[in-house]
Amino acid sequence: MTKNVTFTGGCPVPLSNQDHVTLAHGGGGRMMHNLLERIVIPAFGNQPLESRHDGAVIKVGQGRLAFTTDSYVVHPLFFPGGDIGTLAVTGTVNDLAMCGARPLCLSAGFILEEGLPLATLERVVASMARTAKAANVNIVTGDTKVVDRGKGDGIYVNTAGIGVVEHDLVIAPTSVRPGDAILLSGDVGRHGVAIMAVREGLQFETTIETDCAPLAAPVLDLLAAGIEVHCLRDLTRGGLATTLIEIAESSRLHIGIGERDIAVEENVRGACEILGLDPLYLANEGRFVAFVPAAQAERALQILRAHPVAANATRIGTVSESPACLVTLQSRIGTRRILDMHSGEQLPRIC
Amino acid sequence: MKFVDEYRDQDKSERIAKTIAAVTTRPWSIMEVCGGQTHSIVRYGIDDLLPQKITLLHGPGCPVCVTPLELIDKALFIAARTEVIFCSFGDMLRVPGSGGDLFSVKAKGGDVRIVYSPLDALKLARDNPQRQVVFFAVGFETTAPANAMAVFQAHSEKITNFSILVSHVLVPPAMEALLSAPDNRTQGFLAAGHVCTVMGFEEYFPLAQKYHVPIVVTGFEPLDILQGILMCVAQLEQGRAEVENQYARSVQREGNRPAQALMAKVFRVVARKWRGIGEIPNSGFALREEFAAFDAETRFGVGDYHVEEDSECISGQVLRGVRKPRECPAFGTRCTPERPLGATMVSSEGACAAYYQYRRHAERSESGT
Amino acid sequence: MCLAVPGKILSVSGSDTTRMGMVSFGGVGKEACLAFVPEANVGDYVLVHAGFAISVVDEDEAAQTLEYFRQIGELGELEDKP
Repeated sequence: MTKNVTFTGGCPVPLSNQDHVTLAHGGGGRMMHNLLERIVIPAFGNQPLESRHDGAVIKVGQGRLAFTTDSYVVHPLFFPGGDIGTLAVTGTVNDLAMCGARPLCLSAGFILEEGLPLATLERVVASMARTAKAANVNIVTGDTKVVDRGKGDGIYVNTAGIGVVEHDLVIAPTSVRPGDAILLSGDVGRHGVAIMAVREGLQFETTIETDCAPLAAPVLDLLAAGIEVHCLRDLTRGGLATTLIEIAESSRLHIGIGERDIAVEENVRGACEILGLDPLYLANEGRFVAFVPAAQAERALQILRAHPVAANATRIGTVSESPACLVTLQSRIGTRRILDMHSGEQLPRIC
Repeated sequence: MKFVDEYRDQDKSERIAKTIAAVTTRPWSIMEVCGGQTHSIVRYGIDDLLPQKITLLHGPGCPVCVTPLELIDKALFIAARTEVIFCSFGDMLRVPGSGGDLFSVKAKGGDVRIVYSPLDALKLARDNPQRQVVFFAVGFETTAPANAMAVFQAHSEKITNFSILVSHVLVPPAMEALLSAPDNRTQGFLAAGHVCTVMGFEEYFPLAQKYHVPIVVTGFEPLDILQGILMCVAQLEQGRAEVENQYARSVQREGNRPAQALMAKVFRVVARKWRGIGEIPNSGFALREEFAAFDAETRFGVGDYHVEEDSECISGQVLRGVRKPRECPAFGTRCTPERPLGATMVSSEGACAAYYQYRRHAERSESGT
Repeated sequence: MCLAVPGKILSVSGSDTTRMGMVSFGGVGKEACLAFVPEANVGDYVLVHAGFAISVVDEDEAAQTLEYFRQIGELGELEDKP
């Protein structure tokens, strides 16, 4: 492991620690955002990438395909309501759904750590098979690598997916318009709390389960009903707040939402109060926001609510012109504040 | 949630705000001492509800913010040791030391873990007898009983692989230091409701009298803070300087006696250095002789280290309410939550971080930029 | 400083410095040390900070505070009427 650091009591000016990656860079917040903007996106520079959406929509012949990838490094591997396998399939299926695509098939790449019990791998693979079946996709190709003990966290999984776009809409932040209604498919914060709850030192007696679920069905129904969906995004790391901030910045519009309209399940709420967490910034794995023209909002909600995974869909706000690139939250007591991204992952606090 | 939701009522918030406006005839500067109160004020936009004449100053009630640079450096040194499991509250992970923070120590392979309670750290010590478990005991008087209990239990069970790095600070000496400073602008205080839950509020009577300032022990929910402000303003308008208790559902005048007894058994009062303010006599805790074996500074030989603060960082002035974050030349440019120069930018309720998160845009959009 | 959250004691075990309680916070259960609130029992609400109960919520005082808010509300409504 590490050598002991020599205690020199060096330079009093705080040095920037930006010369290597820290966990904050993976937190879904401002640091991860900056990493992508500074290093990754400029290096690859192309139009689909620059639309900064969950997946890329590519023209192929007369039609369009959606293509996306995601890597799964969750720890612990197994948590209430799911495991790394469930996430690996639903995450990618959902990214395809957020492009308005019907998911077709997935690839799965495994990086296994030397010493991982085969029974664990079997469990994960079984989860993936089960989840894929429920989401109507096949895992058609993949790869397996093994790394030395200590060089991996048990298992890392990468899945890539392709889906068919069967409509003419451009579903992206750039299609969002002033006046659009913002719909949220359900309560927030479950996944983030479920994970934290099983990490050492933060256990609760009551089991809070992840909300991990495939979202293609409600989305495809919206499209089939002719709803003019402008933008979709699932909530993942950084939570509802980060997702909306990204969309506000990409679309250069203003998003206004009401705290009272955002549902948080009672258990999740209690856990957040104890740990000092804001549910708006917690990860979700089975929730999404949809931007639709205001006139279609009621109809869209009806369609969503017919699906168990979106049974509690509500309207949480409206898009307007200004102040551009910002998200304003009206608090429970009626005052307004601007939401900003957290710099890294939200941490439990005592203060 | 009972005893929480009732205090977040919009209608009642607006009513109290109107009442405050009705009684305010002159400008007043009120300081809330506790970082948790700052967090609540900024999160619920309470200053937006107040009349212009009332200025809220954000005080040094953030033990994270006031932990001296050298103590962070000691934490980093200890955490980097291979045999150590370093446990801390989440708040401390991103506070910058001289060269990095606990997160970066973790990035380089240190075993740094977030815990909810010092008892969790003690459990880790029992479960990992071959490792040294160190707990970063940061906090005001509210957390001191918990840390005292962890040490007390370790002592009773003869656990040899557990120690704490003590950074406890006390509120009343800090308030006195603030009040006696020549540039003090605070005319009334909202005292920290949970600190007073433990300590009671006897200590504030001499302060109120000596400096002629009203001190209202206040809770943390929006209605609590608004009521505390109303009570404080009412006193100021009437020229009174008394100690009142808004948070009576939790705070009693004598505080929590069993907690105080254990604290007195385990800790003794010492001088402490406050980051950005300097040394204040009788303002902190250290372990008593009987429990000195559990002191991490001694165990890891880092007692003698001293370091000076960054000169550009004005956290000290912000902590004392003398300057506002946006008056700092580095605010939002050289100093941001991603690259903080001082602890007030890192801690979630350090005044600078709170302003950065919630107010920066508001001011930009108000000024039309 | 000091995130402390009110929760209801569901059960108690141990004694003196090792007296522990299972406390429910809006449905979520977490253990807390009750050593500093020896008078607290099952059914009481306590304020918990860093895994320790630091006070028992005085329900009478809480009711009085809420009553005060309610009255301010009513006075305000009277003022608002034309």
